[in-house]
Amino acid sequence: MATAGLHDSELGELQRRLVILRVGLLLVVALLGLRLWHLQIREGPYYRDLSENNRTRSVIIEPARGLIYDRNGVLLANNVPSFTLYVSLEDVKDRDLLIEKLSSLLGLDPTLIRGKLTARGSKQLPRKVKGRLTLREATLIESHRLDLPGVMVQVESQRNYPGGVTASHLLGYVGEVSPEQLEKPEFADLHQGSIVGQYGVEKFFDRLLRGQAGQKNVEVDAVGHEKQTVVVEQPHAGDNLYLTIDVRLQKVAESLLGEESGAIVALDPRTGDVLAMASRPGFDSNILSRELTPKQWAEIVQDEGRPLNNRASQGQYPPGSVFKVMMAAAALETKTVTPSTSIYCNGGYQFGRRLYHDWKAGGHGSVDLRHALVHSCDVYFYTVGQRMGIETMASFAHQFGLGEETGIELPSERVGIVPSDAWKRKAKNEAWLPGETISASIGQGYVNVTPLQMASLIGTIANDGVTFRPRLVQAVLDRATGELQQRVAAPKRTVQLRPGIIPLIKEALAGVVKEGTATRAKSDLVTIAGKTGTAQVAALRTGSEKDIPKKFRDHAWFVAFAPVEAPTIAVAVLGEHMGHGGSASAPLAKELIETYVKLDLPATSGVTDGAVVRKGDGGGRERDDRSGD
Amino acid sequence: MAEEGNEMIDRVINSRGFDNFDFRFIGLIFSILGVGVLSIYSVTHDQGVAFPFYAKQLVWIGLGTVAFLVMWLSDYHRIARLAYPAYAIILILLAVVLFEGRSSRGAQRWIPMGPFAFQPSEFAKLVLILTLAHYYSEAPRVGWLQRVVLPGLLVLPGLLLILKQPDLGSGLSFMAVYAAMLLMVGMRSKALGVILLFSLMLFPFAWELMWGSLHDYQRQRIMTFVDPVYDPGGKGYHALQSKIAIGAGELMGKGLYGGTQSQLKFLPEGHTDFVFSVFAEEWGFLGVLVLLILFVALIWLSLEIVARAKDQLGALLAVGIICMLCFCIVINIGMTVGMFPIVGIPLPLMSYGGSATIMTMASLGLLLNIKRRRLSFF
Repeated sequence: MATAGLHDSELGELQRRLVILRVGLLLVVALLGLRLWHLQIREGPYYRDLSENNRTRSVIIEPARGLIYDRNGVLLANNVPSFTLYVSLEDVKDRDLLIEKLSSLLGLDPTLIRGKLTARGSKQLPRKVKGRLTLREATLIESHRLDLPGVMVQVESQRNYPGGVTASHLLGYVGEVSPEQLEKPEFADLHQGSIVGQYGVEKFFDRLLRGQAGQKNVEVDAVGHEKQTVVVEQPHAGDNLYLTIDVRLQKVAESLLGEESGAIVALDPRTGDVLAMASRPGFDSNILSRELTPKQWAEIVQDEGRPLNNRASQGQYPPGSVFKVMMAAAALETKTVTPSTSIYCNGGYQFGRRLYHDWKAGGHGSVDLRHALVHSCDVYFYTVGQRMGIETMASFAHQFGLGEETGIELPSERVGIVPSDAWKRKAKNEAWLPGETISASIGQGYVNVTPLQMASLIGTIANDGVTFRPRLVQAVLDRATGELQQRVAAPKRTVQLRPGIIPLIKEALAGVVKEGTATRAKSDLVTIAGKTGTAQVAALRTGSEKDIPKKFRDHAWFVAFAPVEAPTIAVAVLGEHMGHGGSASAPLAKELIETYVKLDLPATSGVTDGAVVRKGDGGGRERDDRSGD
Repeated sequence: MAEEGNEMIDRVINSRGFDNFDFRFIGLIFSILGVGVLSIYSVTHDQGVAFPFYAKQLVWIGLGTVAFLVMWLSDYHRIARLAYPAYAIILILLAVVLFEGRSSRGAQRWIPMGPFAFQPSEFAKLVLILTLAHYYSEAPRVGWLQRVVLPGLLVLPGLLLILKQPDLGSGLSFMAVYAAMLLMVGMRSKALGVILLFSLMLFPFAWELMWGSLHDYQRQRIMTFVDPVYDPGGKGYHALQSKIAIGAGELMGKGLYGGTQSQLKFLPEGHTDFVFSVFAEEWGFLGVLVLLILFVALIWLSLEIVARAKDQLGALLAVGIICMLCFCIVINIGMTVGMFPIVGIPLPLMSYGGSATIMTMASLGLLLNIKRRRLSFF
């Protein structure tokens, strides 16, 4: 009983202490209530706003970029869905486990994944772990999504060039808009991460191809899964372009150059249509359109072959003897010579103390204009040039479009150099030396041209003096209206020459192939006229061509048109360090022309609505069908 | 005389097994359980699995009801006599968990049992209450050694095993139970006891003052020190999302399924530790007031049981259980409203979880048992 009593007294004491618990409980609950009142009533609207922002995101809908076709409706550039794997760090609970799972699912190196996840940067932004997942990888990830918190597979539109390296300089490539570009007004409607053309047609026609972005409000959950989407503004797809090139001819032109450096341009002299434009070495537009690492960039930019250089419109070379075509026209127009004027060539031309050599050691003997062109006599043109003077030469060179942009629709076209006294004073702050006129008269010295200018020049001859601006796009399909707009070719300029001069030159150029320096261009299929050229790289030359290191060998030129009677194609071939134009470049031009003749392209535009519907791919079908109505 | 009359009535009602008190008590328990299931349902109803969380929780409540009935209808003196062996078993289980347990969020707290998992640390709380109540009522415990140090040594192995998991929440509950029981059996200095009790109860608020004055990185360091697994993203993401959810509820709430914070899973652990935030977002301040009243009423009735307890064992058991429940409720709500750092303590009767639900219901059964035994002695 005694112990029980002790217990009882303690029990009573314990029960009296209950008041402490009661007071404490009420106090704490009151504090909690106050806190809740503060959160829900006083700051409620603030938190309500926060929760609304939490769940809706304004998301830009990227427009589908316009498609690019060749003149026959063959697809050159389209868009394919590409799966990109992102990891949202905030939602990852067990990073090691995730890395382990991802590496086993994708077969990636765990340290590589870890590197991407732990790289510096905001925790809020999802980390890109792998781009261009295969369909199998994407489905594998999606089916394991519940085991992979924080992992997202985003579908992104990826520019795709089915031809890869084909026509890469012409098509160009796309890339994310750079911060510098974003500051310019023409990119005002874009945002960080927008894809824009960065080279070639993609860049020049970016405004048409780009389209217009839309906007949607997306209700997302914490892991970024879209729950509900309200489209505020539909995106407008970019316009489709139909180029003038024939991809079959383009491929032949590229394969003709092969591993050599150089350029081939083929134009339709009647319209200026660029039928093919090859530049080697090249690049794969698909690779350039992906995100490159700085190291990959450095490799491409520092490549000695300068693959990013479009030699056709950006490469500048002395024209060599090709210049004589222009010289002949100028000489006849200025009546410096008549077709029958004879000049004796003994293999050299003495001017002051210096002897200017002819390429043919013993000389050509007595030559008239035709002979001088057919056999490319240097002494004849030294004499003519000396008689005309540099200013007259320059003014005719300008008439043939040298020293100025041809106006091709490609970014950063180079203009070359048409030297003159004024030019030299400006560029070098020196007076023109009379001897320099002699070099210039056979296209050496300061004279510089691009292969495209040469193609345009020979095209002008072929087209009886009428120059067309080289054009790349013959039609645009406006995806908003579904209308196919043909772009009309317009003559740019007519060279002022008396009648009879051009037929005479054409006949002489036909002779070049028939019996002159370019007999290797002779074809059984079609009559070809042309002019060879050899642009000197190194001033002093000894021994035979084969003994000279490659990089000091001459550039080989050949310009041509065909058929002689009614030309439909004008070609310029430049082979860097390939030696003589007649032996190295002429056969290439011949093959290209023969290919063209075999293709038998219709004279007018190949684009018809029917062709568009037939060849159009999925991306453009909707609109295309309408245009076919 | 009036009292004697009341007891007569009580005895009559008791002979039929139930009285009004029991109805109110059980009614409150199931009301809160119902609110919990509703909130769990709201967050997980579109899970698209065959056996979603709310259905599982119903199973746990069923098992919990069995535990409730067993604890209610047994003799709590006999249950208390099993306290030491039960504590020994729990210690073994806690040790097993460390080596064989299943991890979740980096902590090993579960022993797999078929499709389910058993969390010994939850049951350890109730066993600790039984052990301490048994220890104090077995014999008069006098002097510092017997009153404070020995029971402290009893608590220590369990506490250390739990902290090793790590399970900061259960560890804190363990300490709270020990402190509360120590206070209720009385210490030499009453003033000290009062201060200790109040400081325990006001700890969350004091913590907020202290916590609020720290820089983010300091908090993060502290949190990664005390509980590295709970908030791996750092930056108080969970705490912020919880505050947004509760605040966005405003007065009336967003309605069932209307809680975007939880429906869209910005709020993590919406069905477990943050079930209160889900409820507060969907039912607003009014709903929260009702819920708080339900909890306070339940505790108030429980305190009645202590006040009318027949012996010290019963009173100590009841006090232990009440303090444990209060502690969990206050800390859980306190952490969801951003007054307390986030530690993994579930909200009793509401958070999803088998072990916690069964343990809480068993504890409440034991409480009601104490009230019943009070009468059976006459």
